[in-house]
Amino acid sequence: MFQRLRENKSVQGTLLALPTMIWLSVLLILPLLLTLVISFGRRSPDGNVIFTFTLDNYIRLLGYHTNCAGGQARCFDPIYATILWRSLVLAFNTTVLVILLGYPLAYFIARAHPKKRNLYLFMVLIPLWTNFVIRVYAWMMLLRKEGGINIALGWFANLLGIPFQPLEMLYTPGAVLVGMVYEFLPFMILPIFTSLEKIDNSLYEAAADLGANAIRTFLRVTLPLSMPGVVAGTILVFIPVMGTFIVSDILGGRQVILVGNLIQRQYLDARDPTFGAAAALILMVMTLIVTYFYTRRFGFGEEIVAV
Amino acid sequence: MNPFRRSPFVIAATILVYFFLYAPIVGLVLYSFNASRTNVKFEGIIPAFSERVVMDGSLVKSSPCGPFHWYCDLAKNDDVLEAAGNTLKIAITATILSTIIGTMAALALQRYDFKLKLFSQVSLYIPIVIPEIVMGIGALTLFSQLFQFLNSTLNLSGDARLSLGIVTVTVSHIAFMIPFVTLVVQARLQGFDKSFEEAAMDLGADEWTTFRRVTFPMILPGVLSGALLAFTLSLDDFVITFFTNGPGSTTLPIYVYGLLRRIITPQVNALSTIWILVVFIAVLSLQLIQNRTEKA
Repeated sequence: MFQRLRENKSVQGTLLALPTMIWLSVLLILPLLLTLVISFGRRSPDGNVIFTFTLDNYIRLLGYHTNCAGGQARCFDPIYATILWRSLVLAFNTTVLVILLGYPLAYFIARAHPKKRNLYLFMVLIPLWTNFVIRVYAWMMLLRKEGGINIALGWFANLLGIPFQPLEMLYTPGAVLVGMVYEFLPFMILPIFTSLEKIDNSLYEAAADLGANAIRTFLRVTLPLSMPGVVAGTILVFIPVMGTFIVSDILGGRQVILVGNLIQRQYLDARDPTFGAAAALILMVMTLIVTYFYTRRFGFGEEIVAV
Repeated sequence: MNPFRRSPFVIAATILVYFFLYAPIVGLVLYSFNASRTNVKFEGIIPAFSERVVMDGSLVKSSPCGPFHWYCDLAKNDDVLEAAGNTLKIAITATILSTIIGTMAALALQRYDFKLKLFSQVSLYIPIVIPEIVMGIGALTLFSQLFQFLNSTLNLSGDARLSLGIVTVTVSHIAFMIPFVTLVVQARLQGFDKSFEEAAMDLGADEWTTFRRVTFPMILPGVLSGALLAFTLSLDDFVITFFTNGPGSTTLPIYVYGLLRRIITPQVNALSTIWILVVFIAVLSLQLIQNRTEKA
């Protein structure tokens, strides 16, 4: 038997991959299926799941509620659609800002002298690997009324001799956007850098020889060749922003509610996991659709593991 | 044409972005030396060393540890020490297991053809394309339904009842770490020259000896960087841990999150500063390993 195993390459491969397949099936795929199943279920009064088949949770997500103020059987209030739309817009804005900020830096690092390149990359990795929660806290300290930004602004105002009132920045949608951009910026810089680094110098020389100016070279050579990096970065930024709840929790207070907050509250405070599961599935489907169309259009390569 | 020529726009943007990346971190570190207990305003660095802590209202005038007062305070905080212990236990166990399992899968995917190969390759991308919160609540649902079922069918009561804890956190961490280890090791295996192994076999080594003496040393740098990545992912994880932890299995990110919703003293900044230092050392060693591999 041992001899046969030695010769059978297919069985060897299966055995090597088996632990991974089992682990991922039980802890990633099975939970997803279970989430799908309970999203059609109902909540029992003590917060447990009753397995049944009802579309109530999805109807509620669309905005039709059964507990209405006026005593009607059904009423319409698109509160959850608003939350979904808000999350989508925030994820879009964050991604655009992160590309605008990350691209020049990635370009700078890719075109830097090879000896210095590692140092510059290292400087991007430090904030990336500093804990997510700690980074939100850092912005909380900067955005507070007594925080770093108001101190700096006050100092400038004093210098110019204009009166200054500290700005209320914490617990606003703007604070959440800044926090998101800060959290996810490195996830854009690294993939773009990886694709820019692969561009052969001779291509730039050829463009210059053929008389292209800097802008034309960028638009016709650099940008198209770095698209796989931009796409990979977008996936690495857009998807997590859609599902994150800490940033809005800490920097948005109770003012900015995103899908992530909605799901988290259903599981922990409201104790209605079935409704939370339905919201999570809608979130997952939304991100998968966006990712599918986006990658089908541009495609992404090994840049996805650049981080 | 000088390949390293850069436009002033790129340089200005670069300086701006690095400033944006580091200003919050510098602020965080600075406030860890804050003399003010409430940590609302920066009241200067704690000025002096003394035999005991001298307070003036909410201001720390001097301390046995001097400017490092909050760091000493941290060392006396049992909750922090417990959370740090849990974080390390989980990270070390999960790293060892996910590295072994993930490396095996990378070898299988790179070297062999087998049924379900496509399935295993595709399933590696789940943690990348699905929001972490969906995986977190999925794991929570799985564990709570499973434990409910087992507790009632096996009639478990009291301490014997199964509940969320270190084990559920570790097991879930391994699930999302395996794909990252596999993808990193797989990337390393792509440039692997098979003729070394063939030479070893020609010279009479059996498969095991070939693996031990030739293959393993050659893929070791890739495996190590996969392991370090997995370790940092585990240390850093908030969302999965948030949904799968239970009483007694609080990790540092969960602990910090809990503090942010209550009172914040410069202790949190001291903890953050230590964390940033640990990250600095970890990333530095990762880079050194990668540099050595590139040279080899």
